[in-house]
Amino acid sequence: MKNILSLLLITFFTLISCGEDNENDTSQTNITFNFSHTWDGTAVTNADFNDIKFTNENGDKLSIERLRYLISRITFTSNSNEKLVLNGYNLIDVTNNQNLSITSSAFIPQGNYRDLSFTFGFTNEDNSGNYEDLNSASWFVPEMLGGGYHYMQMDGKFINNADEEQGYNYHSIRAADNPGDNPTFPQDTFFNVSLGEVTVTNNAKFNIEMNIAEWFKNPNRWDLNVLNQMLMPNSDAQIKMYENGQNVFSLKSGD
Amino acid sequence: MRLRKLLHITFIIIVCFSCESETVNTYKNTPSPLEIPKLFQENILAPIVPIDNPQTEEGIALGKKLFFDPILSSNNTQACADCHAPENAFTDSDRFSDGVEGFFGNRNSMPLFNLAWNYDEKFFWDGNTFSLEHQAFIPVTDPIEMNSTWQNIEQKLKQHTDYPELFEKAFGTKTIDSSLVTKAIAQFERTLISANSKFDKHLLGEIELTPQELNGFNVFMDEARGDCFHCHGSDKNPLWTDNLFHNNGLDETFTDLGLGAVTGDPADNGKFKSPSLRNLAFTAPYMHDGRFTSLEDVINHYSEGLKNSSTIDPLMKKVSQGGVGLSENDKADLKAFLLSLSDNEFISNPEFKKE
Ligand code: HEC
Ligand code: HEC
Repeated sequence: MKNILSLLLITFFTLISCGEDNENDTSQTNITFNFSHTWDGTAVTNADFNDIKFTNENGDKLSIERLRYLISRITFTSNSNEKLVLNGYNLIDVTNNQNLSITSSAFIPQGNYRDLSFTFGFTNEDNSGNYEDLNSASWFVPEMLGGGYHYMQMDGKFINNADEEQGYNYHSIRAADNPGDNPTFPQDTFFNVSLGEVTVTNNAKFNIEMNIAEWFKNPNRWDLNVLNQMLMPNSDAQIKMYENGQNVFSLKSGD
Repeated sequence: MRLRKLLHITFIIIVCFSCESETVNTYKNTPSPLEIPKLFQENILAPIVPIDNPQTEEGIALGKKLFFDPILSSNNTQACADCHAPENAFTDSDRFSDGVEGFFGNRNSMPLFNLAWNYDEKFFWDGNTFSLEHQAFIPVTDPIEMNSTWQNIEQKLKQHTDYPELFEKAFGTKTIDSSLVTKAIAQFERTLISANSKFDKHLLGEIELTPQELNGFNVFMDEARGDCFHCHGSDKNPLWTDNLFHNNGLDETFTDLGLGAVTGDPADNGKFKSPSLRNLAFTAPYMHDGRFTSLEDVINHYSEGLKNSSTIDPLMKKVSQGGVGLSENDKADLKAFLLSLSDNEFISNPEFKKE
């Protein structure tokens, strides 16, 4: 009982002191990031899943059954090149509508910034950490491929050249060669997503959009008949995903 | 996650407001928090224990007694433990278990361990029941299981020589009702923790695996061979399950819709909960309908027996050929690895046996 009461008291005090912070410093604000998804401009939610209703650049008809991806290190770069990094990461789970919206608990000074950016996946350093929530979500990558975590899992079916439904697993990870005790890493496949200039106002919201079709488009036109499954140990495929990912994200509106 | 925190805070506030009138209670029970194994502590999120049913020594002891006591069945012949026996990692060796009236269900009994780590708290093969407390309501009145009524059970427990006192010790009341029965059982079930397999000891650096077991683990983790880890955990997720629902290619058409019957979404037809791969040495037969009697059968299924259907999981590979076709060596090694996940200490733990 005592514990609960003291917890409650702490909660109250925290609430009170938060209120004071806000009044004293009006130049800081909480920030919300919303993640939305389209297929070349048409909104996609989990209600569109499990249906072969999309056509990629290569003309393959496909469905999405699961889509989750990780972003980390959201960064505001000021005009004087100062970087305000929100440490931490967000596993966006479109399948289960989880974490499509996050509010930063850190306070960001209001004003203009020359860039809002984040890391798709984990930097190699962050990737070597051990994260209980990501392990619990079965988000890990086998040790033989260097360990760490997935950057994205997009699973579904496509109609193959034999006119049959076939599964695909577009799983993005850190590219690795020589699976085993000492894998090697041909190049980094996490990347920085730069969304451009933004203004942070009171309780700002940023709507970040992923055009899913882009993963199959540019510069590598993705042929699902060739690249569909077992792509994790395929470093060429990983590098292609990295290249195609460069133009997947955009800032829809900041307000 | 955030929502859960918020809920906790709301809970705390509600609990605090509601406690004032409860402070007159004089009974004292002994808190007995779950002992979290090192590998779980280091790698995965904390277990789920509801705030209104904390683990106590008295509650666990009562739950254990109830779990092994046929008093919960209509004719006093069947206990939970009849279908969930300690030596079988708390399942049974029948394909379908028979209830008190000799009726058989159409699902294989499920092993019970590490249940507090089922974060979504969806229980049964099709996830139809939320929380362990709610789960325990069901077998008692299920006509193909214990076929009793709660009225009848409450009556029997009240007239029993021991139970009124045990309930008072555990919950501070002699008023025995179904919700306290299920709370006590859930407390006992949460103590059923399995984390002492050979593979666990290997991860803790206490034991070396054989080359065969090690290669089997590689098959399990290799996306181009077993690719089991996407659904069945790994060294990083020592539950050895994702506790999610998938169609792993058992059938072309479904007599049992599984998750689909629960959600009403045809895209969920034929999906069942991935079972943990711990303790397979004790839990045959396998799958929701117990169709496979051996691990060889299971491995052959994944290797060359996959059946296509519209809801088959996209992780299943080369379905038109029945699977990736593992080599005989890889199959044998995979089996050896799977068996290294079995925990003899768990099934012989005296704390989990009938007294
Ligand atoms: C007649 C055999 C039988 C009896 C008796 C029985 N069970 Fe079960 N139990 C089963 C079967 C079969 C399933 C799986 C049913 C399904 O999924 O539809 C199951 C599932 C469960 C599960 C779900 C496990 C999971 O991981 O989702 C729990 C928990 C459980 N039983 C606890 C109990 C308790 C507690 C009792 C006594 C009150 C009990 N059972 C009595 C056969 C039985
Ligand atoms: C797409 C997810 C998925 C993958 C990948 C997967 N499984 Fe399963 N597994 C399941 C599901 C779901 C079940 C239960 C299916 C049912 O009963 O209808 C299951 C059941 C099992 C069982 C039966 C356990 C029991 O207690 O009845 C074993 C053993 C098993 N899988 C081993 C493996 C192995 C070995 C691999 C890799 C070769 C593998 N699984 C790959 C989802 C998966």
